[in-house]
Amino acid sequence: MTTTSSRPVGEVLGIPPASHRLRDRSFVLLLAVLTSVALIVLAVLLIDTGIDGIPQLSLSFLTSFPSAFPAKAGIESAITGTLWLMGVVTFVIVPLGVASALYLEEFADGTRWWNRIIEVNIQNLAAVPSIVYGILGLAYIVRGPLSLGRTVLAGGLTLALVVLPVVIITGREALRAVPPSIKEGALALGATRWQAIWRQILPASIPGIATGVILSISRAIGETAPLILVGAATFVAFNPTGLDSPFTALPLQIFSWISQPNDQFRMLAAAAIIVLLVILVILNAVAIRLRNRYQQRW
Amino acid sequence: MATTSATSGAGGPNAESVFGPPRRRIGEKAITVVLFCAAATSVVITIGIVVSLAGETLTFFTDQAVTVSGFLTGGQWTPLFSDPQFGIRPLVQGTLIISGIALIVAIPLGIGTAAFLSEYASPRVRKAVKPTLELLAGVPTVVFGYFALTYFTPTVLNGLLGLDVAVFNGLAGGVIVGILIVPTIASVAEDAMSAVPQSLREGAYGLGASRRQVTVRVVVPAALSGITAGIVLGASRAVGETMVVLIAAGQVPTTSLNPRNPMETMTAFIGATGKGDVPTGSTGYKAIFAVGFALFLMTLILNTISIRFVRRYRQVYE
Amino acid sequence: MQKRLLIAVAAGALAVGVTACGSSSSSGTGTTSGSVAVDGSSTVFPFAQASAEGFQGENPDAKVTVGESGTGGGFEKFCAGEIDIADASRPIDPADEVPVCKKNKVEYAQIEVANDGISIVTNPALKITCLTTDQLNQLWKKGSTVSDYDQLGGGTPAGKVSLYGPGTDSGTFDFFTETINGEKGNTRTDYQPSEDDNVLVQGVEGDTTALGYFGYSYYESNADKLNLVGVDGGSGCVKPSVATIQDGSYKPLSRTLYMYVNTASLADKPQVKSFIDYVVANAQASAKTAQVVPLTAAQLTTAKSELSKAEGS
Repeated sequence: MTTTSSRPVGEVLGIPPASHRLRDRSFVLLLAVLTSVALIVLAVLLIDTGIDGIPQLSLSFLTSFPSAFPAKAGIESAITGTLWLMGVVTFVIVPLGVASALYLEEFADGTRWWNRIIEVNIQNLAAVPSIVYGILGLAYIVRGPLSLGRTVLAGGLTLALVVLPVVIITGREALRAVPPSIKEGALALGATRWQAIWRQILPASIPGIATGVILSISRAIGETAPLILVGAATFVAFNPTGLDSPFTALPLQIFSWISQPNDQFRMLAAAAIIVLLVILVILNAVAIRLRNRYQQRW
Repeated sequence: MATTSATSGAGGPNAESVFGPPRRRIGEKAITVVLFCAAATSVVITIGIVVSLAGETLTFFTDQAVTVSGFLTGGQWTPLFSDPQFGIRPLVQGTLIISGIALIVAIPLGIGTAAFLSEYASPRVRKAVKPTLELLAGVPTVVFGYFALTYFTPTVLNGLLGLDVAVFNGLAGGVIVGILIVPTIASVAEDAMSAVPQSLREGAYGLGASRRQVTVRVVVPAALSGITAGIVLGASRAVGETMVVLIAAGQVPTTSLNPRNPMETMTAFIGATGKGDVPTGSTGYKAIFAVGFALFLMTLILNTISIRFVRRYRQVYE
Repeated sequence: MQKRLLIAVAAGALAVGVTACGSSSSSGTGTTSGSVAVDGSSTVFPFAQASAEGFQGENPDAKVTVGESGTGGGFEKFCAGEIDIADASRPIDPADEVPVCKKNKVEYAQIEVANDGISIVTNPALKITCLTTDQLNQLWKKGSTVSDYDQLGGGTPAGKVSLYGPGTDSGTFDFFTETINGEKGNTRTDYQPSEDDNVLVQGVEGDTTALGYFGYSYYESNADKLNLVGVDGGSGCVKPSVATIQDGSYKPLSRTLYMYVNTASLADKPQVKSFIDYVVANAQASAKTAQVVPLTAAQLTTAKSELSKAEGS
């Protein structure tokens, strides 16, 4: 060998030695195992719930209202209530969250102390238990300054408060992840700041924003405590007639049925959980389509 | 962009050719104002929440039974019993232990999943697995709580692992909360890793690195800001989680460190009391705000530290 | 951005669409319409739900909603004038709640609607058949150091004390502590609390030396997995049952369930009057549907006269 170092040929050529290959293989295995843990738990949960719940699913279950008789009870009002609530939540968090993230990330001066306080503050609010938002919603949205009463709008706004920090934080991360060269390139070509944002940065950050919205809706759809405090009822035998209507929601029904002594209601709760997850899949599917379309590698 | 038509001057650049017609500038300003209003609304809301929490906490402390030092250092939390005690230490301990367990579970699972999906899985697998994980995030927490109580504790902890835990225990609460936040960490971290420019990876491959080395030494550090954001978001969710711990971990405030026994977190107390029969004006009820505010301060400290950490280690490429 | 707007609109349209083609619930001929807001105790909830369902069956245009915020939560909304009827598993608190109602000028009538009992249960492996109120007090009172059941005397078997009971925020807790230990909130603190009685059932079932207390209907639904303990309130050992709760022989752990009606709503909203009339008239039937202990005939007469007094004034 006339090389000045005594490294093996394989390494010079870029082929890893056997010990490295073993490390590489076990690494992949490790990652695969880690990934499957969460999926296995989900599968167990679904199977457990499905065994109890699927036999209860029927058209009449979906189109009946709650009842004291398990055989007659259904979740129509809960489904429509949940859909109305999610509509309000989406309408609020998408514009407000994305606009806030945009402003904070692109326009605000990051070195100013008040901007840093804002950043920490928003991040902190993601940790406040949702029931505290419920109490605040009761004080300021149902009563107090907004005085909306025990309505769908009040419930939706309270839930939006719970998840708004998530949208802002993930939105900011999504905007940060766009390589600066994209923005600089656009500006160099003569685009205005807003054009660069609207046409380059925002589309590039849609996948991240979509993830934030998905996580938010997923969280909001299962929230029970704030809704109870804000005045959602458990027995509502009609669908919401508007934003100012009293309402119920799927997680409330589930929680109520699960707490009943009668076993049959708990079977119904399992069925309602399945319905909730199906609705969640449908709602998320839209955002997921968006995410997949705009996903790109730089 | 046609910038060559100067309408006045001797052929040199003028305001219009450089900045565009005045109408567009106003449009830009208007958009900035709108965005600012949106951000301001969010800020106002967050400030409002902090102020209300603080205000109610103050009314709590003006009650004669409660002192600030007793609250912070006392080891007994029995606010709703006769002869109430208001020492918050057991609750803080419960929160820290359970959140700690949750993060020990969730961080490896979350980052591992994210790395797998971002670096190893084919796009088809990724498109299928990621939404499935996010479905996990949508399961109502009540269901997780019951799952922990009726399946995880008896079958897994006591049956499979033979750990001999109590019916209500902190370990089950912590592990299940951990599973609950895996989607949060995994999704956000995965987005961050996917966003790392391909050129970085290719550069490393070109130098002879294996995929493992690229993942561990190039992608993860480059995506650190996003990964940390995911972890902090997950940690925040874990700390704020109410229903799972209420049902699975029990409601016994204790200063014991053993996760095999029941323990109560700050959120479990808030949840149980907030929904219950306690009259709203009473000291017991106001304790909710005091505990909520304490929780807020605790996470504030943690978040400030994490932001500093990210700022120092965040690598900006290009 | 347009896409998102489209999606949001589509979701809204979907919601409206489902609403529009929702099925009708019943074919009653009553013409009462308008809303009635009921909220409060989760113990009373099954009864209130059964009543509301029956009422809406006869009056399809009425909109009765029933919530489960808890007795305290219900009173809070009631005294703020936000709901018409409060369900309660205990009388309104004279110290904390009555002043709020007075301040907001909310006047009310208290109507008895059903009965409930608290059952003492143990795990089937722990064979205790009877406990006196004195023994219960010894076991549960604040600062109690009883660590083994045989320390209670009277022939109770040995077993390490492991207790389960409702959380401090529940009406059942208030009632038990006040009745057995003489003061609301007076209890030893080393027991396993839960605000969900089903969870307590789980706890007692899974622990061989467990003893717990919770609402009677939760025992009834799990009677095959639990051992019921009789209570001796001074006149012999009595086990709770519909009969013994109704005739008062299961003492002292029987209690009445109430509905509080806002008298202004009663006067101004005919649908509220219709509803509460229906509730009282069908109280026994609704209680049976809801698997709650019904009123006795005597109690029913009292309720009816309480109601007519409230309406007449």
